[in-house]
Amino acid sequence: MEILIVLVVIGLIIVFVVGLYNRLVTLRQRVREAWADIDVQLKRRWDLIPNLVETVKGYAAHERQTFEAVTKARSDAMAAAQTGSPEQRAQAENALGAALLNLRAVAEAYPQLQAIQEFKDLSENLTATEDKIAFARRFYNGNVRDYNTAIQTVPTNIIAGMFGFTPEQYFELTDPAQREVPKVSFS
Amino acid sequence: MAAPPSRLNIYDAVAANRWRTVALITVFTGLLSALGFAVGEIFAPGGGLAMVPAALGLSGVSATASYFAGDKLVLAQSQARELAPGEEAQLRNIVETLSIGLGIPPPRIYVIDDTAPNAFATGRDPKHASIAVTSGLIDKLDRSELEGVIAHELSHVGNHDIRVMLLVTVLVGTVALLSDWGMRSMFWGRGRRDRGGANTGALILILALVLAILTPIIAQLIRLAVSRQREFLADASGALLTRYPPGLASALRKIAADKEALEVANKATASLYFANPLKDAPRAMDGLFDTHPPIAERIRRLEAM
Repeated sequence: MEILIVLVVIGLIIVFVVGLYNRLVTLRQRVREAWADIDVQLKRRWDLIPNLVETVKGYAAHERQTFEAVTKARSDAMAAAQTGSPEQRAQAENALGAALLNLRAVAEAYPQLQAIQEFKDLSENLTATEDKIAFARRFYNGNVRDYNTAIQTVPTNIIAGMFGFTPEQYFELTDPAQREVPKVSFS
Repeated sequence: MAAPPSRLNIYDAVAANRWRTVALITVFTGLLSALGFAVGEIFAPGGGLAMVPAALGLSGVSATASYFAGDKLVLAQSQARELAPGEEAQLRNIVETLSIGLGIPPPRIYVIDDTAPNAFATGRDPKHASIAVTSGLIDKLDRSELEGVIAHELSHVGNHDIRVMLLVTVLVGTVALLSDWGMRSMFWGRGRRDRGGANTGALILILALVLAILTPIIAQLIRLAVSRQREFLADASGALLTRYPPGLASALRKIAADKEALEVANKATASLYFANPLKDAPRAMDGLFDTHPPIAERIRRLEAM
């Protein structure tokens, strides 16, 4: 009889642990899926840049520094995607965002450029993509928060410690609302 | 109403809706069994029990059919056409962007050519979902208002509300069909029952009649209650998604001020829409029979956020 009780208790503990473990795996999986969403949108932004630079170049060829800054920021961001942590990647993408903002601010000074359909399309596409990045980031960070909270609170923290669940990093990108104030440098 | 959750978590809403679906199916199984028994008794005294499996089978078949094809039926009935690529770029952008924020694949987008501003979402899960908006909605709302409405509809998709509503709509329809059948056989089959004569037979018959009359009303009330409650939740989670409750509130105000009825909507599809498309005149007991909560109440809750 006592053996039976012990067995039942052990059985219940196992079921409990398995449940918590599976919950952590689910939460971590959601973080990874959300990360893929951000990745897609960041890559889409990279793809838009060469065309945008070429179009602006046609009308403002002497703004060489601006183009170089954007192109460099883009390749830095691509490099960070290969090797970096979310933190490094966010930094590189932030720099790219700032360079792009600068490019668009420069383009403002060329009314002929503003009138071309191709530039308008690219511009709209870029704005839409940056919106999507912002929403993807928000979704990702929400999932990271749920996951990180779970591995730091009782009782899931015990399971997390036993099976090596480590906290995920937030993806901190400059808020697009802040980017609406352009930081134009005339150097 | 409880404070809206600090974060839009569709996973919790999906889990809650799973239980709701199970509860609804249980309740409707009970209703349909009772109704089946009643119709059987009316049809042939003593034949009630034989009719129960038939009633359950009928609703099982129609529920399965609607699970797979109900969205197409609703869209066809509403004369919605799928948006061509490149058409209404702003609308498509809003839908895609907000879907990313909600973590669901972007649904297919349909347009109903009607000047009455309205929208609905349907489908069985986020992977098989469609969202339909009227051309009036696109024309009359500005971007932030449109975002509010789309966020509301996408919440229905993400929360799996669309599946619950599809299921409930069909089950209510089946109940109505069965009860109709029972009432008709009451008139046509009068001669046969007179031979019974015994008092218990008459009593069962009266009971069966009451059941046949009451169950469709109960079913309808359940559907409307579910629908009203879903609307508040979708408003809250939609506002959380855009982080801009005034957009949705302003859209509601515009739609409330618009007196035009949506011609392609009917009693069966009305509860799917963003706002009541029928614009019918208020009656007594309206609160109980409404598909949607009063717009003023929805606006009040949004402004309190």
